[in-house]
Amino acid sequence: MDKVLTTPDITRERIKRYLSEGKRFDNRKPEEFRELIIEPGISKNAEGSARVKLGKTEVLVGIKMNTSEPYPDSPDKGNLMVTTELLPLSSPRFEAGPPRIESIELGRLIDRAIRESKLIELEKLCIKKGEKVWTVFIDIYSINDDGNLLDAAGIGAIAALKNTKIPKYDEKNETVLYEESSGKNIPLSKSIPISITAHKIGDNIIIDPTREEEDISETRVTIGCTNGVVSSMQKGNSKELTIKEMEKILDLVEKIEKEISLKINKPLK
Amino acid sequence: MTKEFKRPDGRKVDELRPMTAKVGVVPNADGSAMFSFGDTIAIAAVYGPKKMHPQHKQNPEKGTLRCNYNMISFSVNDRIRPGQSRRSMEISEITKWALEPVLMIDNYPNMVVDVHINILQANASTRCAGINAAAIALAHAGISMKNMVSSVSIGKLDKQLVVDVDKKEEDWEEGEGATDIPITMTGDDKITHLQLDGKIVTKQLKEAIELARKSCKEIYEVQKKALKESLSEGEK
Repeated sequence: MDKVLTTPDITRERIKRYLSEGKRFDNRKPEEFRELIIEPGISKNAEGSARVKLGKTEVLVGIKMNTSEPYPDSPDKGNLMVTTELLPLSSPRFEAGPPRIESIELGRLIDRAIRESKLIELEKLCIKKGEKVWTVFIDIYSINDDGNLLDAAGIGAIAALKNTKIPKYDEKNETVLYEESSGKNIPLSKSIPISITAHKIGDNIIIDPTREEEDISETRVTIGCTNGVVSSMQKGNSKELTIKEMEKILDLVEKIEKEISLKINKPLK
Repeated sequence: MTKEFKRPDGRKVDELRPMTAKVGVVPNADGSAMFSFGDTIAIAAVYGPKKMHPQHKQNPEKGTLRCNYNMISFSVNDRIRPGQSRRSMEISEITKWALEPVLMIDNYPNMVVDVHINILQANASTRCAGINAAAIALAHAGISMKNMVSSVSIGKLDKQLVVDVDKKEEDWEEGEGATDIPITMTGDDKITHLQLDGKIVTKQLKEAIELARKSCKEIYEVQKKALKESLSEGEK
């Protein structure tokens, strides 16, 4: 019953051969996402939450809020913290223990997509300048890894933020009353960033890889953008990209961003 | 006295919260299950039996069971810092002891069976929900088992015994306060796990164990039903 911890060579070869004819194992086009299911508000004790399924990949995202001191360089702004746990439950490849680079990078990519797009109006999360501000924790958990946890997590974070209610703050006792909601939504700007990752396999650019496809991805580019405006970007892994390929990725991401943002907005209304 | 006792959520003293169980919630795993008591939701995934690494940890006489209990950060009101805590490490070990007696672990020399339990949402009795989910997941993974185990928390609120303690009851302060007694039993009424925090006279503790025995029978039926349903799905 030993699970194969990597994709065998024969499968790698076949994926590449299929792609050279523009085909994938599950009949998708190279730039096509798997079925995306977003279930908002799945947790009673979180201030906001969502479950995202991308094919067999599943993540849970929860938003918790607490008060703390602001950072010295932003005394009148709330804090944002994104953490990812790649649970050993979700894949035979993940082990318990301190976070590894994969989960740290994932958290940081989501953090930047949200922070740089200024989605959360952090200046509205100040309680008392220089002394007390809200900290927003975005916690991401993998439940089943079948590739592209990155985009599932990004979509989940946005979906969870959209149903986040600020808890009540008791100014007298300086405590957060989680049982009572203030009735206020977390302040979000109108433009919602979407983070999408494109992968290069051979001469092909694909989106939303399965676990097997992700294993043979030579390099990837994660782009956070809002209505065609890019606000965060990171290239991962060593393989080089041509300018042509990069331009193709940018065009692709702009197109897909529209489709995904429609889906994110849909289940919440 | 017994008849007048009112539980915060209006349940009868021997009434469990509504239970749900589902098999196969983690497609990657060799076996997996979700189990819930009301708002307390646990999922468990089993990986193995697989070769134990590193090799010096292998036991040629019998297999090894490893359990890992973890609450996700937003499962409770006060965010939990991700990662292991002393509490989660102890519960992981307790869970292992609760499950191991029904596993035919001798069948898997040099191998390891990993059980990962995550609490998605907590309203007390999380370790019991976790053990119930884990037992189903082990059966789903096809690990040889002599029997099932079912777990429930018995509470003593002031002087009254109740089954399946929720958060409000856990924090009970009136009279003698709350005593929490999580118990796990096999299908043939043997105790594999028992803890207690609070105070209770031995006579009443015996009553508590009898209450647990009855409740575990109900839980067992829910676990069995979930497993049967997963089989019929497989045939389709």
